[in-house]
Amino acid sequence: MSIETRPVTVNLGPQHPSTHGVFRMRVTFDGEEIVDVEPVFGYLHRGSEKLAEERTYSQIVTLTDRMDYVSSMLNNQAYILAVEKLCNIVPSPRGVWLRMIASELQRIASHFVATGFLLQDLGALGTPLIYCMRERENILDLFEMLCGARITNSYLRPGGVFMDAPEVFWPALDRSLGDIEKSIDEIEEYLSGNEIIFSRTKGTAVLSSESLVNASITGPMLRASGVDWDLRHRNPYDYYSDITFKRILHTASDNYARYWVRVQEMRESLKIISQCIKNIEPGPVRPSFDDVPRLVRPEPGDSYAAIEGSKGELGFYLVSDGGISPYRMHVRAPSLINLTLLREMLVGELFGDLFVIFGSVDLNMGEVDR
Amino acid sequence: MSNLLVENMIWRNIYCNVSKSSSDCIDMGYSFGVIPSGFEWLAFILSAISIIGLFINGVLGGVIVLIWGERRLFGRFQNRTGPNRWGPYGILTPVADAIKTMFKEDILPKDADRLLYNLAPIMVVVPVLIVFSVIPVGLGSYIVDLNIGILFVLAVTSISSLSVLTAGWSSGNRIAILSALRSVALLISYEIPMGLAVIGVIMLSGSLSLGTIVESQQIPYILVQPLGFFVFFLAAMAEMARAPFDLTEAESELAAGHLNDYSSMKFALFFLGEFMAELATAAIVTTLFLGGWKGPGFIPTEFWFGAKLVFVLFLIVWFRMTLPRLRVDQVLQFAWKGLFELTMVNIITTAIFIFIWPEPGLRELLILAAINWPVAIISIWGVSKILGTKQYENIESLKNENAYPYSFKTLPSEFYHQKSEGGKIK
Repeated sequence: MSIETRPVTVNLGPQHPSTHGVFRMRVTFDGEEIVDVEPVFGYLHRGSEKLAEERTYSQIVTLTDRMDYVSSMLNNQAYILAVEKLCNIVPSPRGVWLRMIASELQRIASHFVATGFLLQDLGALGTPLIYCMRERENILDLFEMLCGARITNSYLRPGGVFMDAPEVFWPALDRSLGDIEKSIDEIEEYLSGNEIIFSRTKGTAVLSSESLVNASITGPMLRASGVDWDLRHRNPYDYYSDITFKRILHTASDNYARYWVRVQEMRESLKIISQCIKNIEPGPVRPSFDDVPRLVRPEPGDSYAAIEGSKGELGFYLVSDGGISPYRMHVRAPSLINLTLLREMLVGELFGDLFVIFGSVDLNMGEVDR
Repeated sequence: MSNLLVENMIWRNIYCNVSKSSSDCIDMGYSFGVIPSGFEWLAFILSAISIIGLFINGVLGGVIVLIWGERRLFGRFQNRTGPNRWGPYGILTPVADAIKTMFKEDILPKDADRLLYNLAPIMVVVPVLIVFSVIPVGLGSYIVDLNIGILFVLAVTSISSLSVLTAGWSSGNRIAILSALRSVALLISYEIPMGLAVIGVIMLSGSLSLGTIVESQQIPYILVQPLGFFVFFLAAMAEMARAPFDLTEAESELAAGHLNDYSSMKFALFFLGEFMAELATAAIVTTLFLGGWKGPGFIPTEFWFGAKLVFVLFLIVWFRMTLPRLRVDQVLQFAWKGLFELTMVNIITTAIFIFIWPEPGLRELLILAAINWPVAIISIWGVSKILGTKQYENIESLKNENAYPYSFKTLPSEFYHQKSEGGKIK
């Protein structure tokens, strides 16, 4: 007797609990094994790039907050760098140090979210997620001191930041750095050596570094495959050339390597922040309004600036026609580009690993759909 | 009848207070019965019904406390308060949940197999309730003492796994079917180590009856049978699909698995069955390995049973809260390559021991404990070495600060056209 079997196609999402937003995958299974994946996205499209064409250069900062809403400071930074390049603005040193501190804090927060949700996808019922989110809360409290907002900060302005840090910020920052270091130790102690986590993530979704480079994937995913590519080191923007830090690399290029690279990068970010605190000097946090008016009118031309975001190379391309708003804005969103190899990662793996692999990419639907 | 009345405290108290003139009761000093002589059958039926009511309500009350306690514990584990709105310390939260689910709309999917779809929630609750009938809660406090008690328990608990299959199949939902298939795989794999883990206990006590097993425990069998306890506990966790084996309703993969299409009271029944299974598992583990109702004599035996039950439940919640889920192939591998071998080791050591001392006293049992613990630790260590995942060879060197620069492939910097600017301005 022969049993006739056939693959089953299942729609996962857009309302699935672990798609990190509204993402849909038409997955074909053969038993538990994934045969085919067809990603469908665009459910969160808000037309941010088109909206930017109707706003002035300072107003667009608020739009960038809402793209990748777990790393708004980094989005602000990338956009501001593009504007500074377009308008030839010389930023104030104190403002630059402040925005470096803010963006490194944001990177830690974003990596905490990525780690927490990866573990949530691994099936730990919320406990690691809540511990990671607790540390993120610490950082959001710091942001609240800096600019009054927690998630959609809009803290950066062309040439610096819009407000100096209050006196209470510096002792709170010192305290938080210690707390965060302790909790990273805690994560390493409980999770990195955990046999279940290790056995589930080791050797799954392995990608070669060639295919990652060909698909122009950047960020922790690329560094987990051993390619030494960090824009803070390769192309130092702001004052990163004055800072020494270790580039975290791993050779395995599997889920565990991606998780490991993120956890170690948080430590490096802490080191960068303490160097920034040492270097910062009193002074204006942004150029005066005579140098940089509120309504900037750049010369016709274009500029592209990219930073090492929490998820990869985050770039903003601005085209100016001489008016008060850009003629065109384009975002190189790392979340979207890192999804390019999703099918290659998933095919051949088991259903149980589907969302773990998806989570290890660390994507944010707000940025994918924009 | 008289035997039952002498041994079983619950029966004695209820039956003798109902029936006025039963000679057995009068012998034991009861004289307050209501139903006159000649109607012993009526007294029997009435007391049976009241026992059923007592016991179902007892279990349900236990489940309410369990749901509350589990959620409070979750809160503690996760650095938050947990439910604290309804009643003192939020103890009425499960009641509020029950009322809420009752008023939800009851949905029947278009593709559902109507009969099986409605039958599945009943199938999950009834077997678990039946399991409680053979568990001795205290000295003389039990419903019935079957002479094949432990076999009965193993047989009946499998039925609730079948209900997952029924629910998944009848929902007409592809994700639910995946959940149903996983449930069957779990059932087939974990029944075997579970049954084999009990054999050590049966050999030591010489009986299948749960009452006799408790009475024969001069010291709790967890001391004598560490491997048996370990395997039985894990297999029972897998059997009721608790984390880290919660494959059937893996939230991050299958949403809610077989429960996807259920709503209203049918969903509530599944929920109830799940928590009752947790309670039943804890009760069985207590009975088999922790000495059941036995404890220092000055406190009621029911209290000792309850205290041990709470301890086992805490262990289950602790596991659930801290461990991530295993993948389906790893779960099955763990059953066949890990637990199965461990039970074999346990059976062989216990069999040799029983061959030497057929009727072990306290001294012999202590000797067995002294032998079995090293055996257990060594064999668990060995299995973990065989099944464990190998570490990356270079992971230690990666942590080392001096390991940089690497001999990694690096890309030429001309790939990147943008010139460095920010660092110069200062």
